[in-house]
Amino acid sequence: MQSETKSHVDQLTSPAGHSVTVLRFEGDIASTSKEAVLGTYQALSKATNKIILLDFTKVDYINSSGIALVIQLLIEAANSGQKVYAYGLSAHFVKVFTMVGITKYAGLFPDQAAALAAL
Amino acid sequence: MSETRTTNVEVRLPSRMGFEKVAMSTAASVAKLMGFREDRVEDLKTAVAEACINAIEHGNRLNEKLSVGVVLSAGEDSLEVKVIDDGKGMKNKQAKPDIDRKMHGEEDPRGMGMFLIQALVDEAEWVAGADGKSSYVRLVIRLDKDQG
Repeated sequence: MQSETKSHVDQLTSPAGHSVTVLRFEGDIASTSKEAVLGTYQALSKATNKIILLDFTKVDYINSSGIALVIQLLIEAANSGQKVYAYGLSAHFVKVFTMVGITKYAGLFPDQAAALAAL
Repeated sequence: MSETRTTNVEVRLPSRMGFEKVAMSTAASVAKLMGFREDRVEDLKTAVAEACINAIEHGNRLNEKLSVGVVLSAGEDSLEVKVIDDGKGMKNKQAKPDIDRKMHGEEDPRGMGMFLIQALVDEAEWVAGADGKSSYVRLVIRLDKDQG
């Protein structure tokens, strides 16, 4: 019933010349998304992937269990000296992420171009 | 005395994760028919989904022999949603999540459902069933006077 979460990783370079690792998600982000969210993130080298950008453009549904997975990712990233940013959230989920405090630890951008320009 | 018209819509969900989306879609359809703004519909969808997840996971403990009842009552200027399960009800309201405590491992990263429900609707109350069963959460969103 829950739409399967797909994820894949792209490596981009920001206009400022920084290497940016983009985790692109598709489908629902819910309790069943642990492998797609945390598993994909944990497979990345923490030594070489210092800037992580989460792409939610193709995500329609995020529930509190999914938000908890994002927070777990942020905890691991903070402990590894990585910076995390996100883009592609609907106005509603920007509000929800702000309400629960995620924006304190992950900068949000409207789209990939805006995110890369700021990194 | 003027008569208040209420229209009821009922859905029964299996206690299986993912089926909260059925209630979410139904609530969104009713809210749109009533003329709620898109942002309020989105608030309601998240609140209803979280209420159903709590009912499935904590109320009915994922027991697929039990179902979750969702009753939507559309009044003239408000929509009430009751989400009913066979649990004993929530004893305590959830405190606002503290992201700093979560980030420092002092608070579970999970446990934001009740907070989101309270924050996104105009009224939220948790009622324990008198017989230790049939507990429910009641949510209300109201039409703003200026949105027509």
